[in-house]
Amino acid sequence: MKNRIKVLRAEKNITQEELGEIIGVSRQTINAIEKEKFDPSLPTAFRISKLFNLKIEEIFFYEQK
Amino acid sequence: MMKELKKKRTKQLAIWTLFWTLSMALGTFGPKFLWDNNTLLTILGIILSFALGIGMILANRRIVIEGDELEKKIQLESMGLTLGLAVVVGLSYAMLYTTKLLTGHAEIANLVIFIGLTYFISSVINTKKYR
Repeated sequence: MKNRIKVLRAEKNITQEELGEIIGVSRQTINAIEKEKFDPSLPTAFRISKLFNLKIEEIFFYEQK
Repeated sequence: MMKELKKKRTKQLAIWTLFWTLSMALGTFGPKFLWDNNTLLTILGIILSFALGIGMILANRRIVIEGDELEKKIQLESMGLTLGLAVVVGLSYAMLYTTKLLTGHAEIANLVIFIGLTYFISSVINTKKYR
């Protein structure tokens, strides 16, 4: 699943480590999500959308494989 | 899991593992070298080892439960592969022994070593996969 987390994080000027701490996951998990190697759970996606004050579909983009 | 909590839990697991390993050595070599095959002390040694083993399992379980979603996924994939291989390889090993194709005894320790190595290698590979 594609996402804009890296860009949004850069706009907010926060590191992967800081983002992970805020939403309660590890830095490795944030990195895996940004690299689209791992799709976050729905609660994590909601926490991310709340943090960036955007709708989930404005951050994550589903692509049928 | 937050970094500090993860460190604390890993340290707890290391302590449980250390004491369990020591109790295994005590239970194995104690009867011969420490208490001259006294049955009561041997039983107590085995009970101690079993209890410490349970403690180690619970400490490991807590790490898995408190891990975040990616850590849980990595653990699940590693444990699933390890369990599957342990059953298949273990039973094949037993068949080799019962059909007398294996020279010597089929040792449970060999299977334990195989399980440990499989889990370690699959954890490393799965962790790298999501890096």
